[in-house]
Amino acid sequence: MTQSADAVAGTEAPPVRFPLRRTCPFAEPPEYAGLRADAPVSRAALKVNGKPAWLVTRHEHVRQVLGDSRVSSNLKLPGYPHQFHIPEELLAQVRLMMLNMDPPEHTAHRRMLIPEFTARRVRELRPRIQQIVDEHVDAMLAAGGPVDLVTALALPVPSLVICELLGVPYEDHARFEEWSAALMNHDLSPQEYGAAVQALDTYLDQLVTLKENEPGDDLISRFLEKNRTEQVADHTDVVTMARLMLVGGHETTANMIALGVLALLEHPEQMAELRADPALLPNAVEELLRVFSISDAGTARVAVADIEVGDVTIRAGEGILALNNAADHDESVFPDPDTLDIHRKEARSHLAFGYGVHQCIGANLARAELEAVYGTLLRRVPGLRLAAPVEELRFKDDAMVYGVYELPVTW
Amino acid sequence: MTADANGLSLMRVSAERDRCVGSGQCALLSPEVFDQDADGLVTLLSEEPAEELREQVAQAADLCPSRSIRVHD
Ligand code: HEM
Ligand code: SF4
Repeated sequence: MTQSADAVAGTEAPPVRFPLRRTCPFAEPPEYAGLRADAPVSRAALKVNGKPAWLVTRHEHVRQVLGDSRVSSNLKLPGYPHQFHIPEELLAQVRLMMLNMDPPEHTAHRRMLIPEFTARRVRELRPRIQQIVDEHVDAMLAAGGPVDLVTALALPVPSLVICELLGVPYEDHARFEEWSAALMNHDLSPQEYGAAVQALDTYLDQLVTLKENEPGDDLISRFLEKNRTEQVADHTDVVTMARLMLVGGHETTANMIALGVLALLEHPEQMAELRADPALLPNAVEELLRVFSISDAGTARVAVADIEVGDVTIRAGEGILALNNAADHDESVFPDPDTLDIHRKEARSHLAFGYGVHQCIGANLARAELEAVYGTLLRRVPGLRLAAPVEELRFKDDAMVYGVYELPVTW
Repeated sequence: MTADANGLSLMRVSAERDRCVGSGQCALLSPEVFDQDADGLVTLLSEEPAEELREQVAQAADLCPSRSIRVHD
């Protein structure tokens, strides 16, 4: 009889406890390189509950897993690698977001939304995104430095973009922004946080009801219109979808804005090159997305059949973390992976937006927002610099999405 | 392999609309060859793109998250 992996575990090094910390804000957790080399598909224990999950760290394997129809995104399945504690009773009643659906249900929901995010649609949104960015940079310049770039620019820009996408009426913008910013404020008490979640949920519920009665020129109204013939969603699904847009598109983009600006400030030669030649910007955005890969463990799955990954058989029911940050530092795809290089020609191969059927639907929108913000700061605020030593910045080491809490800047 | 009047090999591209998940990677990367239709799914603007687009098209095929794009030499 062969022994099970658990029986021999006592004789081996204890399994890695996940998540692992980034020790340098510009690099992957230091353990990843060793895992990629020696144990590219390896057992780990989740810090939150001690349960096992597989860590997948090579680019090739992460793509393979995320492209495999024998893995599920359903967080209700036993074995799904949760990274936060969710009480069982709550888990049983949550409405699945598209992010956690599997085909064919996922396909039906996603197809309702794809037309909202095409490359052409995003191109059409660019002038409005630029206007939003300009207004916030105007306000920042008028207030004078130092300012916290996170509250002045990084949080409000994506919040407003989503607000307009969803068709939040103009008079509600301020309240919407306040609540959505509160969800990212880790200094709030649990009561204050709970109140913000509640207020936003109630608001989104009312917003969907409003659109049911008075359709406008916006994503929710078009979704409802299509749904009249396709019948894929009920009222709660539409509210859940609206919340997913905020959950998926707000903190992610905000964190990339702040981290990207920080990275450029810390690489002044590359920043000068970008300022001199804005045509370099799209590739720089890809490279920044790659080095930070902020949603590293956002690509979590559970196997629904046995699958072979590298030399390992992952059994049905076992959790998998297809780590996109580890993949994006795979030296076989990205030579010298810890070095930021805005000219890197393979930068686009990063998996920071995931891969497979769930690949970020907002990716091209996020790219447009990042280009607008970085480009505008380069052009309009040439003297931009940090107003605090990097060592004093607080990074989101324990959060699902990596970022920096504050970014004090002046000019 | 097909060949044009000058005997150069032509590249043929195909895209499977049924597999497409509408990420728009291809349309962003190689807008002369790929577009997204009214449903947001991939559509080809050219099935035999010019040779100088080969690298771009190959990259689009590689980056497509649903492996919907194929390049046939
Ligand atoms: C830099 C910013 C962003 C990053 C790093 C990011 C990252 C990701 C990742 C890694 C996934 C895949 C998750 C998985 O495979 O399970 C994803 C999915 C998703 N993202 Fe984003 N995202 C960003 C911006 C946005 C924006 C701006 C929106 C919308 C306004 C958005 C909406 C979504 C949605 C709806 C999904 C689920 C797609 C599906 O399940 O088919 N994201 N994102
Ligand atoms: S890259 Fe692939 S999935 Fe995305 S739009 Fe093009 S064909 Fe569709």
